[in-house]
Amino acid sequence: MLVVAKNVSKKFMGSYVLDKVNITINSGDRIAMMGPNGAGKTTLVRAILGFYHIDSGEISVKGFDPVKKRVEVLKHISFIPQLPPPVKLSLEELLVYVERSSGVSRKKIFEESARMDLDLKSHISKPFFKLSGGMKQKLLIAIALSKKSELLIFDEPTANLDPKGREKFYELLTEIDPACSTLFITHRLDEIEGLVNRKIYMDLGSVTEDEKI
Amino acid sequence: MKNLFLIAYLDVKESLRSKWFYVYALIFGGLMALFFVTGVSDSVVMGFTGLSRMLLIFIQVTIIILPIFILITTVKSISGDRESNVLEYMLSFPVSLKDYYWGKMLGRFSTVFLPVFLALLMGVVFGLFSGGEMPWKMVFLYSALLFSLSFVFLGLAFFLSTIVKSTDVALGSSFVVWIAMLAFIDIALMGLMLQNRLSDEVIITIAMLNPIEVFRIGAISLFDPELTVIGPVAYYLLDTLGAKLLMVYALVYPILVGALFAYFGYIAFRKKDLL
Ligand SMILES: Nc1ncnc2c1ncn2[C@@H]1O[C@H](COP(=O)(O)OP(=O)(O)OP(=O)(O)O)[C@@H](O)[C@H]1O
Ligand SMILES: [Mg+2]
Repeated sequence: MLVVAKNVSKKFMGSYVLDKVNITINSGDRIAMMGPNGAGKTTLVRAILGFYHIDSGEISVKGFDPVKKRVEVLKHISFIPQLPPPVKLSLEELLVYVERSSGVSRKKIFEESARMDLDLKSHISKPFFKLSGGMKQKLLIAIALSKKSELLIFDEPTANLDPKGREKFYELLTEIDPACSTLFITHRLDEIEGLVNRKIYMDLGSVTEDEKI
Repeated sequence: MKNLFLIAYLDVKESLRSKWFYVYALIFGGLMALFFVTGVSDSVVMGFTGLSRMLLIFIQVTIIILPIFILITTVKSISGDRESNVLEYMLSFPVSLKDYYWGKMLGRFSTVFLPVFLALLMGVVFGLFSGGEMPWKMVFLYSALLFSLSFVFLGLAFFLSTIVKSTDVALGSSFVVWIAMLAFIDIALMGLMLQNRLSDEVIITIAMLNPIEVFRIGAISLFDPELTVIGPVAYYLLDTLGAKLLMVYALVYPILVGALFAYFGYIAFRKKDLL
C-alpha cells in the first residue's frame, strides 16, 4: 500500500474541509478524482504531501508520516499543482533545483520536454513565470515525469494546454511505468477515461464514491 | 545540508535578478563607500578623532534605511512564496524544512550584506591609494556593527514572514516594528527622561533592548569616544559599562536577538501549516 489515509479530518477557520476521509492507494492504481469546486480535493492532496497538520486521523505514505518524514515521502511523489506557480527562478536555476534536490537527470527533462514540443534550450535563461501558461504546464509535466516516482499527483494538469498539447500529454501518460500509481484531479473524466482504472468522487470533504472500472 | 547551500545559492541568484537589490546596492553601497571615503580622508586631515558631520549623517542614514530595507525585502520571502503558491511547488520536492528555511536565511543574509562588504573593500582600496593611515580597527568594527544590525533585522523579518499568513500583514507589522524602534532612540528617550514620566532605570533598559539604539551608540562611540553628541542615555551606558564592554554588547546582543527570532520563525515554520 502506497498511501493510507485513515479518518483524516482538517478544519479551516472552524469548518471541516476534510471530514473523516478514508482512502488507500495501491501501486498500479490510476485514479481519477472528481468532485465539485471546494470539495476538498486539493486539500486532501496537500495533506498527503505533508503541507498540512491534520486535526485528526492518520496519513502514511510508504509507511512514513508526510509531515514528520517529508523527505522520505516526497522522494516517491511527483506533483503538479493546480496553477503553475510564478516561480522567479530562471529555467536553468529551476532545473538545478530539481536535479540536485531530487536527483533527476537534466537530459531526461530535456527529452520529455522535447516530446511535448517544448524547446527548453531557447528559453533556458528566462524566468519561469515569464513562460506562457501552456509552456509552464509542459515544463512542470516534464519535470514530474522525469522524476522517478511511485506516485504521480496531477491537480488538473491540462487546464492550460492547447488541444495538441493535451493529446501529447495523454500519449506520454500511456507510457508511464505500469507499477507507478497516478492520481488525477480532473473535471473532465471523458478525457482520461481510458487512462484510469478507479474513480473517486469527493463532496463536502468526504469521499462519496470509490469504484474500480 | 547540501540542499541548504543549494537553496541559499538560488535565493541569491533570484535576488540578484530583482530590482530591489540594485536600488539597495546603489543607495546603501554608495552611502557606505562615501562613508569610508570621508572617514579615510577625514582621518588624513584630523586623525579620525573628532566626529565629522558627514560621518554622523551617514550613521543616522544607516539607522533609518538599513532596517526598513531589510524588513520590506525579506519579510516577503516566505509569506510571499506562500501566498503565490511558489512554496507549494518548491516544497513538493524532497527538501527538508530545515534546509529550506535556513538556506533562505543564509541566501538573504548574503545579498543584504554583500553591498556592505563590497563598499568595505572599496573603502580599503581607496584608503590604500590615498596613502593616508587607514583606520583599520574602526573600519572593521563598523562593518561588524553593520553585520549585527543586518542580522537582527533579518531574524525579525524571517520571524514575521513565517508567522504571518499574508504579505500585507507581514509588511504592515514590519513597519510597526521599525517605527517603534526608531521612536525609542535617544532623542525620544531623552524627552521621557526630562518629563520624569519614567524612572531612569526603565529608560536605560529600553535603550539597551532596542537594537537600533544599540547600533547607534556602538557606531558613534567608535568615532566619538566621549559620546557627547548623542545624549544622556548613551553617555550613562558608556560611563557604567566602559568602552570595551559597550562595544562587545553592541556586537553580540543584536546577533543573539536575531538568532532567537530566526529560531522562533523556524519553529513556527515546522509546527504550522505550510500553506
Ligand atoms: N488555506 C486555507 N485556508 C482556509 N480555507 C481553505 C484553505 N485552503 C482551502 N480552503 C477551503 O477549503 C475548501 C476546499 O478547498 P479545496 O481547494 O480543497 O477544493 P477543491 O476540491 O480542490 O476545489 P477545486 O475543484 O475548485 O479545485 C474550500 O472551501 C476552500 O475555501
Ligand atoms: Mg483544487
